[in-house]
Amino acid sequence: MKYVDEFRDGKVARSLAQTIAAEVRPERRYHLMEFCGGHTHAISRYGLRDLLPPEIRFIHGPGCPVCVLPIGRIDSAIELARDHGVILCSYGDTLRVPASERMSLLRAKAEGADIRMVYSSADALKIARDNPEREVVFFAIGFETTTPPTAVALRQARTEGLKNFSVFANHVLTPSAIQNILESPEVRELGTIPLDGFIGPSHVSTIIGSRPYEFFAEEFQKPVVIAGFEPLDVLQSVLMLVRQLNEGRAEVENQFSRAVTREGNLKAQALVAEVFELRDRFEWRGLGEVPYSALRIREAYRDLDAEVRFDLPYRSVPDHKACECGTILRGLKQPQDCKVFGTVCTPDNPLGSCMVSAEGACAAYYTYGQFKGSAEVAEAS
Amino acid sequence: MSANPKPLKHGYIRPLDLKHGKVEMSHGGGGRAMAQLIDELFQQAFDNPWLRQANDQALLTRPEGRIVMATDSHVVSPLFFPGGDIGSLSVHGTINDVATSGARPLWLSAGFILEEGFPLADLKRIVDSMATAAEKARVPIVTGDTKVVERGKGDGVFINTTGVGVVPDGIEISGDRARPGDRILVSGYLGDHGVAIMSLRENLSFSTNIVSDSAALHDLIAAMLQAAPDIHCLRDPTRGGLASTLNEIARQSGVGMAIREEDIPIREEVDAACELLGLDPLYVANEGKVVAICPAASADALLAAMHLHPLGLDAAIIGEVIEDSHGFVQMETSFGGRRNVDWLSGEQLPRIC
Repeated sequence: MKYVDEFRDGKVARSLAQTIAAEVRPERRYHLMEFCGGHTHAISRYGLRDLLPPEIRFIHGPGCPVCVLPIGRIDSAIELARDHGVILCSYGDTLRVPASERMSLLRAKAEGADIRMVYSSADALKIARDNPEREVVFFAIGFETTTPPTAVALRQARTEGLKNFSVFANHVLTPSAIQNILESPEVRELGTIPLDGFIGPSHVSTIIGSRPYEFFAEEFQKPVVIAGFEPLDVLQSVLMLVRQLNEGRAEVENQFSRAVTREGNLKAQALVAEVFELRDRFEWRGLGEVPYSALRIREAYRDLDAEVRFDLPYRSVPDHKACECGTILRGLKQPQDCKVFGTVCTPDNPLGSCMVSAEGACAAYYTYGQFKGSAEVAEAS
Repeated sequence: MSANPKPLKHGYIRPLDLKHGKVEMSHGGGGRAMAQLIDELFQQAFDNPWLRQANDQALLTRPEGRIVMATDSHVVSPLFFPGGDIGSLSVHGTINDVATSGARPLWLSAGFILEEGFPLADLKRIVDSMATAAEKARVPIVTGDTKVVERGKGDGVFINTTGVGVVPDGIEISGDRARPGDRILVSGYLGDHGVAIMSLRENLSFSTNIVSDSAALHDLIAAMLQAAPDIHCLRDPTRGGLASTLNEIARQSGVGMAIREEDIPIREEVDAACELLGLDPLYVANEGKVVAICPAASADALLAAMHLHPLGLDAAIIGEVIEDSHGFVQMETSFGGRRNVDWLSGEQLPRIC
């Protein structure tokens, strides 16, 4: 069981940090967006900002699956459990995301709705098998990493002829979100979000490969480094980005060569393509409606689509007025710029979704960064 | 005429079927069935002069010194786990709550809430395990209670235990006594209990060699107090783990804490399991560990005394108390960065990607 420590060696980390400090040019800043919440979490949990020179600025991206889930989708999930009497199976973090009228899946559960936390889509299938007299819906969320297991569950349900199982699909796509950020007026024309390069999520790329990023690197002239989630991975990818920027390159580089290839996992891609197809549009919290940014279940599996089976309408619900999740998810603001950060909105009582998951920028700042005091946090970011 | 049937023995009651029997509503009804359960199971296992009095209360002689009392309800699932079960856990948990005041635990009470249909064989296993734990700890269970709830209204068995102990003169231990400059010690590897339990949860089940650290700490604590009578705070980091314990003490004492990740004893297996589950071992429960805070001058003697006790072999000094009006617990990561170690929010939920 020894696989953790070698990626967390303090000495290696300090020497990497020294190399970065030696190579940054003092006359410029390096604004790096870590797209994925897993990276945001690693940066905060291991105190990586303290190791890096002030020229490196992290901008936190929207890659946190529960953070980008809009209120309307949670409302629909609650409706399924409460009004349609189904057993709703969901990943843990989703339970606490605030929905309309101060509701959440956790509160609906406390009021008697049958909502069960699962660790995998296979758990949801098992619940369906064990409860043949009940409708069981898997509330599927996540980026490309969680999509193949959902596809497997759908195929399995079809093979077994499980009639009481269906999927409420909310799978979203990383490249579409990055493109949306790069094409936003704040980045493209106004330049209010300085954005020099991307730290790309390696888990996503184990599925889709590194190729989908080649377009951004070339079209928008932004370097991308696909990075692992261990703290040493993050530091190394920062160094790779600094070098690209210093040399005026904008390429896709792969720091996570231990698992990511250019093409990705073709078998998983084929499986996803068999079960899912692109949605024309999908609402993201923070980004609004993003075209071709999410997946829905294909015609051939339509009978296992909970949206069809329960005739779920979609109602878009605006976020709480004081909540800045939207601007934080687009990198326009930092968590401590939000008026309700750490006061009305805390991890115990989240107002916005970025405070819910450990991968949300607000939760990471609140949980790991309080001791610094707000001035110092602002400076470090 | 046929032969006389064998006469029934006067007062004969068919003994409890401890192999195949189940808990029935009548076992909590106050009638003969309940009396039988008490006599044949609880009384036999816990046997001591107080229980033999067969009264609704235990008559105790007032001990010298200041008296402490603590109570703890146990609802662990699953009931049996590597390194223990709900029975031994309910004895250890309350003994530890009493002992972390610096007290010598004297007596325990035990209240059982049983679910109708619960196998008597399992109940016997649990009761025997409690009896063994209490005997080993030399703390008798002097009074008890049993209630039965309908099937589906409980989860097998819940156990409440209450403990009474006495604090020797000169010992002043309280969560509000941590002072800047004090050293923070832990008695051994953290997170074993939580990971052992989680490895058995039905939707997780992964294989691990980790066993619960469930243990009674009063002997270790007595040895610690002998070496360092000026210990300021003692607490067992159960639910919420080390992080919650340090935050509680920081708030009570109005101080901050600075700990070093490198010095905190965590087994590789626990670290790996936590990584897999998206958990932070600092927040994972322990049932046989103690956190001690003492003046810097006593720290080495205290650590040496802990190392001499079987339950303190892996004890370590992990940081110090600092001045901080916000009461933050901060940690130097093994990278040399710093981060806050906040209160646990909600349950420790796993990350999903």
